[in-house]
Amino acid sequence: MTDVELLLWVRGPAFDIATVILCAGMVIRFMEIFMLGRKANLAEARGSEMAGGLGTVFRRTLVDTGTFKRTPFTVVAGWLFHIGLFVIIFLFVPHILVFEGATGLSWPGLPSNIVDAFAVITIVTLLAILIHRWRDPVLRLLSEFNDYLVWLVTFTPVLTGWLAFHRVGAAPAALIAVHILSVELLMVLFPFTKLSHAFTLWVARWYNGAIAGYKGVKS
Amino acid sequence: MKKEGQTIGEVLRQRGISRRSFLKFCATTASIMALPPTMAPVIAATLEKTKRPSVIWLSFQECTGCAESLTRSHSATIEDLIFNVISLDYQHTLQACAGHFAEHIREEVIAEHDGEFILIVDGSIPLKDGGVYSTIAGMTNEQILKQTAAHAAAVVSVGTCAAYGGIPKADPNPTGAVSVADIIKDKPIINVPGCPPIPVVITGVLVQYLTFGLPELDDLGRPKAFYGHSIHDRCYRRPFYDKGLFAETFDDEGAKKGWCLYKLGCKGPTTFNACATTKWNDGTSFPIESGHPCLGCSEPDFWDAGSFYKSLSTPTGNIAEKAIYAAGAGLLAGAAIGAVHRTKKQAAVRQHRRATIDDLGEGS
Repeated sequence: MTDVELLLWVRGPAFDIATVILCAGMVIRFMEIFMLGRKANLAEARGSEMAGGLGTVFRRTLVDTGTFKRTPFTVVAGWLFHIGLFVIIFLFVPHILVFEGATGLSWPGLPSNIVDAFAVITIVTLLAILIHRWRDPVLRLLSEFNDYLVWLVTFTPVLTGWLAFHRVGAAPAALIAVHILSVELLMVLFPFTKLSHAFTLWVARWYNGAIAGYKGVKS
Repeated sequence: MKKEGQTIGEVLRQRGISRRSFLKFCATTASIMALPPTMAPVIAATLEKTKRPSVIWLSFQECTGCAESLTRSHSATIEDLIFNVISLDYQHTLQACAGHFAEHIREEVIAEHDGEFILIVDGSIPLKDGGVYSTIAGMTNEQILKQTAAHAAAVVSVGTCAAYGGIPKADPNPTGAVSVADIIKDKPIINVPGCPPIPVVITGVLVQYLTFGLPELDDLGRPKAFYGHSIHDRCYRRPFYDKGLFAETFDDEGAKKGWCLYKLGCKGPTTFNACATTKWNDGTSFPIESGHPCLGCSEPDFWDAGSFYKSLSTPTGNIAEKAIYAAGAGLLAGAAIGAVHRTKKQAAVRQHRRATIDDLGEGS
């Protein structure tokens, strides 16, 4: 298989397969969550479920002072690589073209040099997070195979994308093919690993907030 | 026409080419090869002393665009004359009217310059059905290539068809076309791809070979001196790419302002060639300068690499449609799984038996 043949396969059938698994998998996950069902709360409502839910969705995004004092590295590194991933995925023009092709929606991108800088920050931060996970005895004890797998499938697309952008290490078509392939691996594993938190966290936050809101307390 | 034993310098003087023009050519060639200006006199001195190499040019499955590119691009330049002063002894497109006489010349060159002549090939070689899709003088392209290459000093594959199979090899490849390197394994092969290749690169590669011997090649067999940088890296529109300024259509404001053509399918980031630096038509322009995205014609399988007008990073299929069907399938699967669980749960509730005080007493 030549580089171009590989690239065509990852842009065609492989991308289709990954999209189908991602979409079907996430819908099943959501249905699984929603169909768990909750017993009706017979207590009188002391506040608004909706207000409590939405408030918590917003408040949990902010940095909790207590958590920051206890584990500043986790908070800072977490914010850094999440912002980095957001910029890389949604503000790099070649990526916007993918979203445009899939949804018809387009938006302005950032200059590629700025995205490049964010990619470097993200790569360094993710490496630091892995080292931290190894060095912290508690984290190390708590970590299981899935945690490392999730780290790997998040890190690989960023690294391969950065290499493809700079065309380092192999022919450009091969680099792009490997990059897209690594993204497809991420898409396939997304619904079945902790990666799905990107979607499910909104539901979880709302639900916690809604319970508290019903009781008339702050979540 | 053949001038046996004459050096290139002698022939140039005979033809009235001034030393100034010759040095200018050498300086241009040095700059194309990214060599310092001090190397120009070295190239001139070496070329002057070099005996005119005998060249056999074989044209197989091709459109003659490569030969057209070289011979018609900007005639009456020193490049053409340099090409004239190599001893082009056989080119069967140009010698078609000579018939079998031309074939005798080829055999003569092979016998007289065994192991010394340069073999230039343009066009791919059909192998399907015994190679019947392209024959010359009763021989298949494969037979002529093998017979000639066995005695050549080196092979220069001019054009993407000879280098990688090119358009004849494009899906579904009805003639079973292959490249020169797919057949010849025991001779040095220099690939000069492009559809067609830039004329000055063809002459530059020959000069490089005559001056410095076999050039350093990349992993696709291309001389690094000419194919060492991507179009994207040398493109004058690159600053617009870096700034995120793109033409969305061929006639929008961005296109008029000369912004980057990436969104219109430009293959510059994955294409290695000298177009952006040497340009075409005597340095006039190159496709991107004329407002058209690079097609990636110097890369293998460029014809089959998806649409020319779709970016290399985007999926080729209809993703939205697949996502909707997948979501629908997910809903059905989720509902089915939920129904199964519900049934199991109800069955478990039905089978549940309350423990009584008697049950507790039985086992004690």
